Amino acid sequence: MNPFKLHRAKSLEEATGVFKSADEARFLAGGQTLIPVLKQRLAAPSDLVALAGIDGLAGITVGDGQVTVGAMTRHAHVAASEDVRRLIPALAHLAGGIGDPHVRNRGTMGGSLANNDPAADYPAAVLGLGATVVTDRREIAADDYFQGLFTTALDEGEMITRIVYPVPERAGYVKMPHPASRYCLVGVMVSKGPAGVRVAVTGAGQDGVFRVPEMEARLAENFSVEALSGVKVAPDDLMSDIHSGADYRAHLIGVLARRAVAKAVV
Amino acid sequence: MPEITVTVNRAAETVEVPDNMLLSTLLRDVLRLTGTHIGCDTSQCGACTVHVDGQSVKSCTMLAVEADGCSVTTIEGLADGDTLHPMQAAFREHHGLQCGFCTPGMIMAAVAFAERNPEPTDAEVRHGLEGNICRCTGYQNIVEAIMAGARAMQRAGRES
Repeated sequence: MNPFKLHRAKSLEEATGVFKSADEARFLAGGQTLIPVLKQRLAAPSDLVALAGIDGLAGITVGDGQVTVGAMTRHAHVAASEDVRRLIPALAHLAGGIGDPHVRNRGTMGGSLANNDPAADYPAAVLGLGATVVTDRREIAADDYFQGLFTTALDEGEMITRIVYPVPERAGYVKMPHPASRYCLVGVMVSKGPAGVRVAVTGAGQDGVFRVPEMEARLAENFSVEALSGVKVAPDDLMSDIHSGADYRAHLIGVLARRAVAKAVV
Repeated sequence: MPEITVTVNRAAETVEVPDNMLLSTLLRDVLRLTGTHIGCDTSQCGACTVHVDGQSVKSCTMLAVEADGCSVTTIEGLADGDTLHPMQAAFREHHGLQCGFCTPGMIMAAVAFAERNPEPTDAEVRHGLEGNICRCTGYQNIVEAIMAGARAMQRAGRES
């Protein structure tokens, strides 16, 4: 790793202030992506601002038909939360399938969303459940937040503080994990609730997570597995790599979407 | 350099560490606890798994400074003198290893897993092992060892 100056921020103001005054700073949340990136010298920031010491950034609260997850909440916490398991079991299931147990003990929801890896799980949760990303300065709707590979609506130095999920009537998430990394070859979140009917796909798109309007229209009429029969997703804008071609990913989207609906209607 | 205090295997250690030092480097190169292995160094293999405040983590994917004020347990801290931890004994009994390189991480992962899942199924053990790679055994004996180790930990818990 290249050398950097590590700041252990005690407050939001301190964290954003240090970020602004540094040459090239990065926020350090759970570090499960950032630290490997630094080790490979794919990034060499002058300063890291660690967020773990800031009170109030971790934890889960419920009320008003919403589940609010602090940005520094670890995946293991989301997966084990009684509130999340009761109100949005699809989200708890998704969190429990990220990476592996050790990664889930460190990785955070805010860190994952700020990174926006095209094969990460949480982007499918936020877009597929119609959540709102709250930062130190504004609220960003899921539909505006994701803007391409590793690209989000966040400005330089803007920090996610929490994510607000409307409690859906029903939701389901199914992924085909890469057998080694457990990242998504394809993952599909379907839901019906205050945010409408949503189908969000991660792991497959060349521009990251995306919605599937044709599936959503069919499910809005009839939220059932049968409603999706015959719906095909074109492989044109999907990723092709050593693990899978675009045509296979396109096929998987159909299969996994039907499985996700089957889970959601149980 | 920041000075940090970490409780490692029940002993408090106060050390100065560079900002960019990994926890695995602190354990191996500074504290000379070389039972924690570096396998892939890319956060995939789990050979470097240790417990931080009771939770399993990959020590190659955490900064040493982040462990300030925490309690860390490594493979060296499991046995009670000459008496192996029940999970260590189960790995020996069921031959849950061949070359042994992944074993410290496997056992640390297994202990954390069994503490949360005292009566696991075969499938739960395999899901719990997704962060630890073994290139020798095909996992069969590791899974058997963890099933037996979890039961032994429960018995030991009841007796103590």
